[in-house]
Amino acid sequence: MTVSLANLLAILTMAAATYGIRLAGLFIAGHIPQSGRARVALDALPAAVLTAVVAPMALATGPAETLAAAITILAAFRLPILAVVAAGVLSVVLLRLLLG
Amino acid sequence: MVKPAEPSSRADTALADARAGFLLILPAALACVPFALILGAMAAQKGLSPLEMALMSTLVFAGGSQFVAVDLWTHPAPWLALGFAAFLVNLRFVLMTASLAGKLGHFRGWERAVIVFFMADENWAVAERRAAERLLTWPFLLGMIPFFYVNWLAWTVLGTAIGSAFQNPAAYGFDFAFTAMFLALAVGFWNGARTGIVMAVSAVVAALVSIAIEGPWYVIAGAFAGMAAAVLMPQTETTPA
Repeated sequence: MTVSLANLLAILTMAAATYGIRLAGLFIAGHIPQSGRARVALDALPAAVLTAVVAPMALATGPAETLAAAITILAAFRLPILAVVAAGVLSVVLLRLLLG
Repeated sequence: MVKPAEPSSRADTALADARAGFLLILPAALACVPFALILGAMAAQKGLSPLEMALMSTLVFAGGSQFVAVDLWTHPAPWLALGFAAFLVNLRFVLMTASLAGKLGHFRGWERAVIVFFMADENWAVAERRAAERLLTWPFLLGMIPFFYVNWLAWTVLGTAIGSAFQNPAAYGFDFAFTAMFLALAVGFWNGARTGIVMAVSAVVAALVSIAIEGPWYVIAGAFAGMAAAVLMPQTETTPA
């Protein structure tokens, strides 16, 4: 149970970079107009970011993952999140078995 | 007594808010467990101690960047490269906290600074979802954030301590759990066909960029493409079928 100086420095640098980004969002927000195009863009942001995060897995991995992603989205319109995650994981396991 | 007396109604509201926060983050917290264990196992292989993992989860608290950093870790730690990798992977947070800031207007400045320290993808998405329907409150945030934070910390440290038990997440489909959860959260923002177009544009651009360019640039590229699509679409309330 030790902490090496080099590892500590790396962790602190990562922490500073990450919190700096989180704070930067707060400061930028004060300068974004609350109506018009900037508002439309910000309103679209949550769905756009979440989709972008999963896109390589959903679209650029294989047919099993792409199909499972489609099933997950359909399930998400009807089921609570935990059931959606279960449906997604189950379908990817089955589809990987079926499609290799 | 069936109905609460008037003086206790504020406490009841607070309790209901805290409960709602806890229940909304619970699925995400559970989905994090296998990833936290895998991250810990990877870190143990790279020679990181449980205490070092505890520090990283406490201070950085951003799963994606922790995975990338542990993957890049060598001895002695290339701190500048690791810091820059964390910067790139977490660059999306600037968009996320900028969006959330508009829903935190009723908090003091230092409170906003504290809240965004704890914002990762999952609890940010839950906070945004909640803010779309009600005002965010401290009880709601306190029902959600400490549990989610300690959950990640505890399982990453445990993973580092027990090492290599979880090596192949794909074998059980666990690698897809985050994908499923983020898709479910994204659908939570569904607001008609417009949202579908935003998601489709974001997905295609992000996938193409992830193939073309090494590194986590695809998140920023996809996010901006989706936002651009929203701006360029006709701004009418009724959407064509």
